[in-house]
Amino acid sequence: MTSAREDILSNIRRSLAVRGNERTRRQIVAERLDRAAKGVIPERGQVSGDELVEVFRTQAELALSTVHMVDSVAEVPQAVAEFLRNHNLPAAIRVGEDLRLRALPWGDTTLEVTHGRSEGADLNAVSHAFGAVAESGTAVMVSGPENPSTLNFLPDNHIVVVAAKDIAGDYESVLARVRSTYGKGRMPRTVNFITGPSRSGDIEQTLLLGAHGPRRLHVVVVKG
Amino acid sequence: MTVHSTSPQFKDNARRALAAPELQSALAKVKRGFIDKRAAAAARLPEFEALRDSARDIKDHTLAHLDLYLERYEEKVTASGGSVHYARNAEEAREIILSICREAGASTVTKGKSMIAEEIGLNSHLEAAGIRPVETDLGEYIIQLRNEMPSHIIAPSVHVTAAQIEADFRRVHKGLDPRRDLSEPVKLLGEARTMLREQFLAADVGVTGANFLVAETGTSIIVTNEGNGDLTQILPKTHIVLASIEKLVPTLEDVAQILRVLARSATGQDMSVYTTLSTGPRRVGDLDGPAAYHVVLLDNGRSAMLGTKFQDMLRCIRCGACMNHCPVYQAVGGHAYGWVYPGPMGAVLTPTLIGVDKAGHLPNASTFCGRCESVCPVRIPLPKMMRHWREREFERHLTPATIRSGTKLWGFFARRPMLYRLATRLGMGALGLAGRARGRFRWLPLARSWTKHRDFPVPQGDTFQARWQRERGRRAA
Repeated sequence: MTSAREDILSNIRRSLAVRGNERTRRQIVAERLDRAAKGVIPERGQVSGDELVEVFRTQAELALSTVHMVDSVAEVPQAVAEFLRNHNLPAAIRVGEDLRLRALPWGDTTLEVTHGRSEGADLNAVSHAFGAVAESGTAVMVSGPENPSTLNFLPDNHIVVVAAKDIAGDYESVLARVRSTYGKGRMPRTVNFITGPSRSGDIEQTLLLGAHGPRRLHVVVVKG
Repeated sequence: MTVHSTSPQFKDNARRALAAPELQSALAKVKRGFIDKRAAAAARLPEFEALRDSARDIKDHTLAHLDLYLERYEEKVTASGGSVHYARNAEEAREIILSICREAGASTVTKGKSMIAEEIGLNSHLEAAGIRPVETDLGEYIIQLRNEMPSHIIAPSVHVTAAQIEADFRRVHKGLDPRRDLSEPVKLLGEARTMLREQFLAADVGVTGANFLVAETGTSIIVTNEGNGDLTQILPKTHIVLASIEKLVPTLEDVAQILRVLARSATGQDMSVYTTLSTGPRRVGDLDGPAAYHVVLLDNGRSAMLGTKFQDMLRCIRCGACMNHCPVYQAVGGHAYGWVYPGPMGAVLTPTLIGVDKAGHLPNASTFCGRCESVCPVRIPLPKMMRHWREREFERHLTPATIRSGTKLWGFFARRPMLYRLATRLGMGALGLAGRARGRFRWLPLARSWTKHRDFPVPQGDTFQARWQRERGRRAA
């Protein structure tokens, strides 16, 4: 008996009237994978500097995120504390092992900081984004002990810190950075593109936030 | 066949649906919910039409080289520590998943939204083996409680009202205080969130579908708004991705192209909230993520569609725009179609998957208005393919005798223009004369099903062709 794999591949080849060992076909595929050419890129994100950050902010807010700009990383703890205070949330956060976050002057605030992954009981989490995409106001997170994926989904309130220099105009630019960071054809276990807080329209098409993931997504953009 | 189908009874299903007040009130919201939002999102992006071309071309290219991209994809999944399993049909896919669950000692399996899981009837198979499947997409959860099939591919519970959901929660959720107020959607959501949070944390295996499989990196991608798919795949020890073979795309750049048309076509968002790229199991040092990562690749008739008139259907990215814009779907909803996939895409896909003899009615459930094709993000010529099915249905003598003989009679005259003109002139003349006094017919022999719902206006006694000739003569003069 032939295996399911062989059967499926040979069915595909029979239907396409190919053998699978044609040199030109193999070459076309190899080149396409190697080049990873970009297609149509929307103009919307093709700006730079402050203008790019503004596009990001506008799009993120359209997706119902909130955005706070700070001039330097040292101001992040205050920005986080202020967000929690404004929403009457407990002054406690969970953070991964990201050194950029660990090094921050949390002691300047009254925030209680715990580290590691979430087990489901945390109300608030802070993670550092790998990058962001202006065209749709999307934060891009990569998994790892620095920023465990559970922090993106289990807490009710997710605060994402992103450096302004890591905001790209389009998805392709961030994906190219993932590729150059992890190696061609290699990926972190999880890459999360996050565009706004969790939502559902499954009950009579009423838009409701906080379906299973965070009810709020707050992005702190560090300009300096 | 995998899931029981009522597609052969489409006409009866449709009649019942038209007379169901709750369904009709739910369907009335489709227009506001989907059509206007899609139009607005498309209008905001000047490159939208160019991106549709790009998405179509990517899918066409991939399908033409599908064997090679599958090989490459498998190689990359394996290299990242995952396993790939091939399933020729639904039965094999169910068995593979069951054996992975058994090996993991699973008693509870959480599920992200997957149409392929519906296609293979996964839930009942797991239940029969003593494993409890829990749907975690809110809409899927609701219809699981109701023991129904999804009526829409992206909004499975679009046919259910809030009052019905409240009744279902009260019936099924043990320990729910009867005095608890669930009168508003947000309260229903809160109740579901609490119930499902426990399930997420307790599950042994998580099953998700995939919107894309990336050959370049061996990555599977899900696109969701709730975050349920992510909790399904990062919390349990084992993550199973269930996907059909046509989900392949070459590179991450290709994914970016299609993402730009997917959410806009589906819900009118620029991007869905969560687009998640998963590659293999958790890495050394990771604090979360599954220890095991499996991909089950399902064929189930798709390889046989390649190279046929129906190959273009394999471009489908399951956005649901065709059904949102379909006047027939808007009138009868998804359940009338009788199987897993409703609307125009279902009318084309269902006969290929379960046979034209069982689903031959579906391609007739179309007015051929062409809206489905005009909004399809990958430009699938849906009306043309429905016509192909109608031809096959006719060739295989599956069309009812009255339609066959009627069509033959019409064909006899249509091939003899002189005779056709004479017959229509006589017919129109007679009708014009007979109805002159009233101006309309309430009743006509041989056309009773037409006149049952409306009057037939009396012809003016002349045929279109005769008037055309006369007008042309007048203009020329």
